[in-house]
Amino acid sequence: MSDYSLAELMTVAMSRILDNEGEVLATGIGLLPRLAASLAMSTTNPDLLMTDSQSFVLSQPNPVSGLASHGAQANENFMGFARIFDNVWSGRRHALVGPSQIDRFGQANISALGDYQQPKVQLLGVRGFPGNSISHANSFFVPAHSRRVFVEGECDVVCTVGYNQDRLPRGYALEDIDVRQVVTNLCVFDFGGPDYQARLLSLHPGVSVEEVLDNTGFALEIAGDIRETEGPTAEQLAIMADLDPMGLRAKQLKDNPPGRRDSV
Amino acid sequence: MDKTKTLEEAVSAIEDGMTIGIGGWGPRRKPMALVRELIRQGQKDLTVVAYGGADVGMLCAAGQVKKVVFAFVSLDFMPLEPGFRAARQAGAIEVREIDEGMMLLGLRAAAWRLPFIPTAIGLGTDVIRNNPDLALIDSPYDDKQWVAMPALHLDVALVHASIADQRGVCAIQGPDHYMDDLFARAAKQTIVSTDELVNSDVFRDASIARQVLWERNVTDAVVATQAGAHPSSNDPRYGYDVKHFQAYAEAVSAGNFADYRDQVIGANEAQYLANVGGVAAIHQLPLPVY
Repeated sequence: MSDYSLAELMTVAMSRILDNEGEVLATGIGLLPRLAASLAMSTTNPDLLMTDSQSFVLSQPNPVSGLASHGAQANENFMGFARIFDNVWSGRRHALVGPSQIDRFGQANISALGDYQQPKVQLLGVRGFPGNSISHANSFFVPAHSRRVFVEGECDVVCTVGYNQDRLPRGYALEDIDVRQVVTNLCVFDFGGPDYQARLLSLHPGVSVEEVLDNTGFALEIAGDIRETEGPTAEQLAIMADLDPMGLRAKQLKDNPPGRRDSV
Repeated sequence: MDKTKTLEEAVSAIEDGMTIGIGGWGPRRKPMALVRELIRQGQKDLTVVAYGGADVGMLCAAGQVKKVVFAFVSLDFMPLEPGFRAARQAGAIEVREIDEGMMLLGLRAAAWRLPFIPTAIGLGTDVIRNNPDLALIDSPYDDKQWVAMPALHLDVALVHASIADQRGVCAIQGPDHYMDDLFARAAKQTIVSTDELVNSDVFRDASIARQVLWERNVTDAVVATQAGAHPSSNDPRYGYDVKHFQAYAEAVSAGNFADYRDQVIGANEAQYLANVGGVAAIHQLPLPVY
């Protein structure tokens, strides 16, 4: 028996990204990214701001499951969707989001797959991705690490500005871009390699470098021995259980795998 | 001045080929009674600007849309709106896909009678490549490139207010007003539907006057509806109708929007309300929790 699940391991890995972010609005889209932001705000970085995903900033995060109403939540200030942009464009935000495609430049796609005029698959639309990417830090969550997500070429629809010299607007440098980390079901990587190349940071317990490379459509820098992704502490597990009383985190990854493959 | 109109009268101001802005957000507080009447009247070749939900999807499914200006079209619990998705994947509509914040700026530019508002949003992305008419400009004050987000001029805006009086004073009492004030201000004509027509004295209460986000001289028509946002939510009165959206999605996915139009939307709102189980049942729909 594993004492933690892969979903919990990934949540903690995402949470860690926010440890030293200071007083930024942490927006986690999707259950595990939101749980990660909530965990960070409840432990390592109480200065974070989070919303109720509706129209208020809260002084403590709402649970990600089992909330009966917004009536008794810890409101701090009104923050309707129009006002969200006042914060976004100030740069004081870090979003944890789950794109459908990510390319070697750290560019992401949530708009559509295939031909743009008549997409094979219409996805969400660009939503706020373009503005987020030019304004503040973004990290990506990928529940199923594969070459369909980590594509060989560019994303079908480039929704975010990434580390791509050919697309860089005049007056900008690559160092102005802030794609922070990518947390997948196999590993954690960033774009801190030479010339902002993707760079492997850690492997989840039992995952090999080969497995990551086989499932990634672009090159990753592998510098020396890659450490193992650190698992959750007992305290983090308890807080995640409090923040997710209905246990929906067990339903986010297919078959809810254990955090340590060798512990099955 | 009495601005109240019947649903039929108000919507008949919309003509083929017009640009229509629709307030609300996804499945939240959409002026659906106005949208249903637009489907009954059948105006064609519309350009629709919206933070889209079933308003956009149903108009697409009804074949009335030439172009959609959007950042997303979603029902929240059902991330991809089925009518919009089908129209896109059939290549049946033109699109202008922009960032959520760009839409805000475009509406604000129209409201302020500016030709554009400069922004960094969209730089480096396919929003620029897929919208070749979006101009990149120089700043007189720095050496950076900027996107000139053009004004999104609307012929007509449709919004659903919590309460309104007959002069067009409208209050939004839900958790968020979204960009409804900007839609109203960006339009030549603003049609407001409301589930509660109130006496003007109601607004003497300062806390209610604070919920009025545009002036009455922005509102052209007020339409009294019953559960006029259904199947979207009208928090705090009712939540969005998950079962209804699922049945609509099934009909659209099977290519049977005509059945939904004939059997659910019906010939008028009285029929619609009877078809969906009545106003009392709608008022029991639980408020969404996020």
